Amino acid sequence: MRRLVKPLIGVLGVLPLVWLTFAVLTGRTSANPAEDIILTTGIWSLRFLLASLAITPLRRLTGWNVLIQYRRMLGLFAFFYACVHLAGYLAFDRFFAFDEVFADLAKRPFITAGMVAFALMVPLAITSTRGWIRSLGRRWQLLHRLVYVSAIAAVIHYLWKVKADSTLPLRYALLLAVLLGLRLWWLRRRLPRPAAAAPAR
Amino acid sequence: MLIRRASDIRSSDVTDERTYLQRRDLIRLAGGIACATAVGTLVPGCSEHPAAESLAPAAPAAAAQATLENVRPAVVSTDEKQNTFEEITSYNNFYEFGLGKNDPQRYAGAMRTSPWSVKIDGLCNKPANYQLEDLVRPHALEERIYRLRCVEAWSMVIPWVGIPLSAVLSRAEPQGKAAFVEFTTLHRPSEMRGQSGTALEWPYREGLRLDEAMHPLTILAVGLYGRTLMNQNGAPLRLVVPWKYGFKSIKSIVRIRFVERQPATSWSMSNPAEYGFYSNVNPEVDHPRWSQSREKRLPALFASTRTRMFNGYDEVASLYAGMDLRKHY
Ligand code: HEM
Repeated sequence: MRRLVKPLIGVLGVLPLVWLTFAVLTGRTSANPAEDIILTTGIWSLRFLLASLAITPLRRLTGWNVLIQYRRMLGLFAFFYACVHLAGYLAFDRFFAFDEVFADLAKRPFITAGMVAFALMVPLAITSTRGWIRSLGRRWQLLHRLVYVSAIAAVIHYLWKVKADSTLPLRYALLLAVLLGLRLWWLRRRLPRPAAAAPAR
Repeated sequence: MLIRRASDIRSSDVTDERTYLQRRDLIRLAGGIACATAVGTLVPGCSEHPAAESLAPAAPAAAAQATLENVRPAVVSTDEKQNTFEEITSYNNFYEFGLGKNDPQRYAGAMRTSPWSVKIDGLCNKPANYQLEDLVRPHALEERIYRLRCVEAWSMVIPWVGIPLSAVLSRAEPQGKAAFVEFTTLHRPSEMRGQSGTALEWPYREGLRLDEAMHPLTILAVGLYGRTLMNQNGAPLRLVVPWKYGFKSIKSIVRIRFVERQPATSWSMSNPAEYGFYSNVNPEVDHPRWSQSREKRLPALFASTRTRMFNGYDEVASLYAGMDLRKHY
């Protein structure tokens, strides 16, 4: 039974993409399919990122250690959707005009924040294999704390993108604040007893 | 103006309703499954998310649109391909009905557009409170096929039906001191669900300099594709200024006022650094958050169309002679 969980997450994880492809191919998108693709992949990247960040707190709260097995998959889905999102922006919005892309990166804080979020995900995706985890040892933990910065940058990217109503991005910001806040709180409680520092993030 | 109440035009003539419903259900289902992938309550309001919703077309508004008669065809035209009725009526920015592009189609049906009166006042000799019919009837309807360039870097080609704004303004006899014209959208939160939110300060306001308002390209539109406007497009009466970003073309107008000073306008009030009073289409002046040098001619995937100065309507350039358009963006 437990063996089925990973493939199930895999199938569910590609569903947004399948659904998008289906919608584009059959003309079921809005009149602006490029926007549908960029927004849908952006939001799913963020959702998977937050889901991966929820594993550790959930595990601590529930004691279900098995959850840790699914964290890498969630993180990789976040990276995957970020790649499609970025490719969509480069191809559809900027039509591969890289001079415009660099101008965007330099001039538009909203794009810069997205790029920071993305750039930080790259080393994490690369070092997510068993081999890298083993060879990096304790440094792997340190490196992968970058995910906090990536998630903060992603939420800022979303907040800055919005034109008028920040309700939705603020909800994501709140969720991220809870996920990171829990960690800080646990960290503080642990501080007086540094010897007991457990490696769980 | 001759409007035939065509109660025999069913919405199913426009788009087969059954197709719509099937589509909607399919996509709801897919969306529902997709939502479930994100661990339980982790997804804040998945179903309310505009990106998710934009993929689910709503049922067409029930009200049949009356056919407009005696329209002078193609008074201003273009050989570019026109967007379909479906595209023009399903992808709208009309924050009075929500922030999603599909929200106006879904929710604008709640707005009552009959009876409709328009107050014309301020610095003019003949202020009046017109019933819509009386405002429009004295003028010949014209078809104007215009490009519409949204500040969000997408564009469409739309066959409007309308009357020159200058004709309406002249009837009111503006006084010498009148230098600007201010427009106001209907404010009726009970029928316009977005107005209970705080996305913008309601009612929506827009403005033009008097010479911009009097320019022959500026029209008051009452129709689209030969029929009266759908609510999501700003029924029953909206402004169309084709050389300015779309948000200047205010919808569902209830008041037109001549004023001496430049009026406050909604987007500029909400974010003065990003939206100026003039908001002329200008590929050289970027929006702070994105470049304006190119646009997506919907439904194209790629932003492969170069944006043109004044949206290609060069004849308006003289209105801005000697002005620094970087400063007056
Ligand atoms: C180089 C990197 C990135 C670029 C250039 C970029 C670009 C964009 C653009 C142009 C939009 C707005 C699209 C539109 O309004 O049509 C957008 C929206 C968004 N992006 Fe990114 N992005 C990047 C990375 C990321 C990453 C890594 C994430 C998430 C982890 C992300 C999440 C989002 C979200 C949530 C939205 C808003 C979706 C919505 O409003 O529904 N982006 N991005």
